[in-house]
Amino acid sequence: MGTLWFCLVAAMITVYVLLDGFDLGAGAIHLLVAKTDEERRQVLASVGPVWDGNEVWLIAAGGTLYFAFPALYASGFSGFYLPLMIVLWLLILRGISIEFRNHIISRVWDPLWDFLFSASSLLLAVFFGAALANVVRGVPLDAGGYFFEPLWTDLRLGEQTGILDWYTILVGGLALLVLVMHGALWVQMKTTGAVNQRSAKIASDVWWGVLLLTAVITTITFKVQPQVKENFVRWPLGLVFPFLAIAGIAGVRFELAKRDERKAFFASCAYLAGMLTSVVFGLYPLVLPARNPIYSLTVSSAKAADYGLKIGLVWWTFGILLAVGYFTYTYRSLAGKVVIAKDQTHP
Amino acid sequence: MEHALGVHRLHFAFTITFHYIFPQLTMGLALLIVYLKTKALRTNDEHYNRATRFWARIFGINFAVGVVTGIPMEFQFGTNWAAFSRAAGGVIGQTLAMEGVFSFFLESSFLGLLLFGEKKLGRIGHWWAAFLVWLGSWLSGYFIVATNAWMQYPTGHRVDSHGQIELANFWQLVLNKWVMWEYAHTMLGAVQTGCFVMAAVGAFYLLTKRHESYGRTFVKGGVLVGVVAAVLQLFPTGDEQGKLIADHQPVTLAAMEGLFESQKGAPVALIGQPDLQKRRLDNPIQIPNMLSFLTYREWRADVRGLDAFPQDQWPDMVPLLYFTYHVMVGLGTIFIAVMVLAAFMLWRGRLFTSRGMLWALMVCVPLPYIANTAGWMTAELGRQPWLIYGLMRTAHGVSPQVGVGNAWFTLIGFMGLYMVLGILWLFLVYREIEDGPEPDEVVHSEPAVAGAAD
Repeated sequence: MGTLWFCLVAAMITVYVLLDGFDLGAGAIHLLVAKTDEERRQVLASVGPVWDGNEVWLIAAGGTLYFAFPALYASGFSGFYLPLMIVLWLLILRGISIEFRNHIISRVWDPLWDFLFSASSLLLAVFFGAALANVVRGVPLDAGGYFFEPLWTDLRLGEQTGILDWYTILVGGLALLVLVMHGALWVQMKTTGAVNQRSAKIASDVWWGVLLLTAVITTITFKVQPQVKENFVRWPLGLVFPFLAIAGIAGVRFELAKRDERKAFFASCAYLAGMLTSVVFGLYPLVLPARNPIYSLTVSSAKAADYGLKIGLVWWTFGILLAVGYFTYTYRSLAGKVVIAKDQTHP
Repeated sequence: MEHALGVHRLHFAFTITFHYIFPQLTMGLALLIVYLKTKALRTNDEHYNRATRFWARIFGINFAVGVVTGIPMEFQFGTNWAAFSRAAGGVIGQTLAMEGVFSFFLESSFLGLLLFGEKKLGRIGHWWAAFLVWLGSWLSGYFIVATNAWMQYPTGHRVDSHGQIELANFWQLVLNKWVMWEYAHTMLGAVQTGCFVMAAVGAFYLLTKRHESYGRTFVKGGVLVGVVAAVLQLFPTGDEQGKLIADHQPVTLAAMEGLFESQKGAPVALIGQPDLQKRRLDNPIQIPNMLSFLTYREWRADVRGLDAFPQDQWPDMVPLLYFTYHVMVGLGTIFIAVMVLAAFMLWRGRLFTSRGMLWALMVCVPLPYIANTAGWMTAELGRQPWLIYGLMRTAHGVSPQVGVGNAWFTLIGFMGLYMVLGILWLFLVYREIEDGPEPDEVVHSEPAVAGAAD
């Protein structure tokens, strides 16, 4: 039961990263690919109707984590207190930037929100990457099952780590590049004209960085978290996840060359999903590794009682099927390139 | 405040109080938007479609602020109240996760269609979008109130040998007498906020002689729905909540009423300041025997005062609790008076021309916000010193390793950010009201995010 919920939570987080990842990435490149007001409206229109729904995956995943693994939720959220609060502030700024920008047309109003939208998206990408790296590297959990990390200590991988050290910063950098690529491929798919071309160029340029950092970080990760290697040796079938990532990253290059915008975006999805599932597979059964391995939280030590997990399975399945239905409907009705209407009243 | 506990409490209190400004309006307005949309469908009159669009725009702004201030609420259970989350996450995580899965997906998907999809969906489809947004927002309210209700009146759980609180009966968690009455009472409060806001905007238009046909629609809608909500708020929902508190949290009842001494024929205090040192109310004005009657339907019934309980069981902020409760009840009474009078004048056909009554409706607009906030403060302060009533003390629920300095750091951050957010929100809503329901004539704004759904 615990393992099943481990997979379901991991799946929800993956869906969150695939979906919110492209609107975060679109935000990060907003100022680069769109120069005029009309171009910026194109970028905003490509994410405007969906960003809120995408972010619900984060909330739903958080809630699911809460009831399925209360001890993990408690330790993780209180230990990552500072970065989570900063993430919340950035999410607030980003949300209102998207929603408030188009209420007024003015030379001081829109540029402010464009800047905040872009800056907050960019920082969120870095923080999410660093957060994932913190989980992989392990945190200074104590015997009571809690920890608290300052933003940084000595930037080394010692006993008393901070949120930021050279490893987590490196992964934060990779996350930014990956989401920039992912977002650029989304914007390319949804837009026309100059924005479309600039996005294609960014995706293509960033691809090399993604490839390089992926290779470097993967090598380092085997050293930083020995569990990963152990798992792949014990269950070689798990190699399907990294292969998915490799196929995805190769696919992005291939489809970019062929100028198939849809397939390029889906290849990027495959890469992201492959990377995340590889990490999750590599950590199992750990849910939060400790710097001192005896204090690590595992699936069985962090999970809630079986009755609740069984009940949860019933309503969760039902609710997620409904959600998938809404999303299919929404994305279908938004399919194709965005069109900026000139005669629409403001919302 | 040198101790982390106090700062963590203020942290949650501040962020939730600010957050709840927005959902109370969106939950109330969602119902009124369905009302307007139903009128549009029945009469086939474009007037009601324009009225719906106007309120949907205001709804959209409030919803956006509600969403971004709501996300921190779910996180804070873990960040600031980790010990509580670890012990009880298996129970309250259920309702919180259900909120995400059942209501947020629904709401966020259909709000886009409500705002941008009118042409594409057609008349009936657009009514459904309005209905589903209402359903989503009210479901969300249900799961949150169910979470709170469990903390007030824990049921359907079991405590294992490690002190871990586990879910034992799902239906008891989501369907019990406490959650039913608390939900009804909370939703009526939200409906009243929606009604007063709609009626106030209508009164503003009538008094300033602009958009008068809309002004009449808004005043009428706000008053018709509002009078029902105002009455139901007191009876039966408020009354039943009071009885539940008398039965299950008797010490809270004594503190709310400022009743220091147990007595037969206990009075209700209308005015008076609790004096904790002398254990009495200063300059009291009381209705004799009334509390006994309201609680037990018997004029001479014995009501236990604070003296019947050891002091470590008392809510830790008795005077504040006393005042929030009295503010809530006092305002609720004023709402009934205003709404009943307005409804009577509407029936007699004099409401739209009565400047006095329109003024009253307009200036009342902040009051339901205050009443809703005071009501929640009553519930939360009244539960103290317990985090989960009878099971876990508030002091035992905080995150053990988040120190006072870090808690202040983030609280101050939220205060600054929310101040900016509040100013922007007032500014944008005021602009919508200025533009009115026929903004096509006003040219100062270009199209917004296009492409959405149409």
